[in-house]
Amino acid sequence: MSDVVKETVQDAVEIVKDHAEDVHDHDVHAGDHGHDDHAGGHHTSLGLSNTKLAMWLFLGSECLLFGGLISTYMLYRNRHSEDVGPDQLWDIPFTSASSFVLLMSSLTMVLAVAAAGRKDDRNTKLWMIVTAVLGGLFLSGQVYEFTTFYREGLGYTESLFASSFYTLTGFHGVHVAVGIIMLIATMGMVAKNKISGDKAETVEMVGLYWHFVDVVWIIIFTLVYLIPA
Amino acid sequence: MDVDAPTTPEVEVVHDDVDAPAGALTDAAHDEHHDHPSEGRYIAIALMLAVVTAAEVAASYIDLGWAFLPALLGMMAFKFIVVVREFMHLKLDNRVFSWLFYTGLILALFVYLAALLTFRFFEG
Repeated sequence: MSDVVKETVQDAVEIVKDHAEDVHDHDVHAGDHGHDDHAGGHHTSLGLSNTKLAMWLFLGSECLLFGGLISTYMLYRNRHSEDVGPDQLWDIPFTSASSFVLLMSSLTMVLAVAAAGRKDDRNTKLWMIVTAVLGGLFLSGQVYEFTTFYREGLGYTESLFASSFYTLTGFHGVHVAVGIIMLIATMGMVAKNKISGDKAETVEMVGLYWHFVDVVWIIIFTLVYLIPA
Repeated sequence: MDVDAPTTPEVEVVHDDVDAPAGALTDAAHDEHHDHPSEGRYIAIALMLAVVTAAEVAASYIDLGWAFLPALLGMMAFKFIVVVREFMHLKLDNRVFSWLFYTGLILALFVYLAALLTFRFFEG
């Protein structure tokens, strides 16, 4: 009986040792693919990155936020006085130019993500700063547009159209501003080598957020500015 | 000796169970590290998006009749899908990410279409 117990315990010890070796091999392997010392802790049982999973879940929920704001605007877009409405206010060439700027910022962002994937810090920082500048340019355009509309008599409480328009485009503008802060912060962390985990993945997360802000504008530009009420 | 026979296989089964997810984890982790498109492809996609944006703006100045709304909505959807699939890499990434995003998107679409229908938005 004691032999049986001894053999069972020896088997169990071997199994634990084998498993410990397997886990070590997996961590080393994952580290080779850019996950460094955080390889084990950053993945779910599906083998997917927790950070990326959370970001996509967040972006999915953001669709509901912007869906609500866009449909509210669609409902109230005709509720304005005759002399201060879209026909008198919209400057399509100007808004088209700022849309083009935001679209190009998506290109520079994806180039930053590609550079981070190659572990090319110099180009990662360069493309991120270009993206932040283009985002700033878009935001400046929005501030200019809001100021012009206000001077022409479209205050926030002027009409239901004004309130829903400023709320929708203002929320988008805040998202752009948060994106710029994220870009500058990440760029600083890349420059000072302060990202403890996977650097490429961190840049990719900022990229996902930035592209989402761009796709929301694609919808706003068409539904709000190009399709007349 | 009767006790010995069932003991060892039972423990081995436990070992196999522990081993399986580690392998699965490694394979799935590899799936995440796909080859991204070249920079040239990204630039070509961005140029195509710029051309579609120009076409959208041009369409808003031209009288397209009944085709105006479907054309603009079509171009908008095309740009949206291209950015999400190509720049956000949903085309290459794990399908779980696509499910998460498209679930939110489709849910939003249905919820707010229902809300607009309730307010008789499409009637006038």
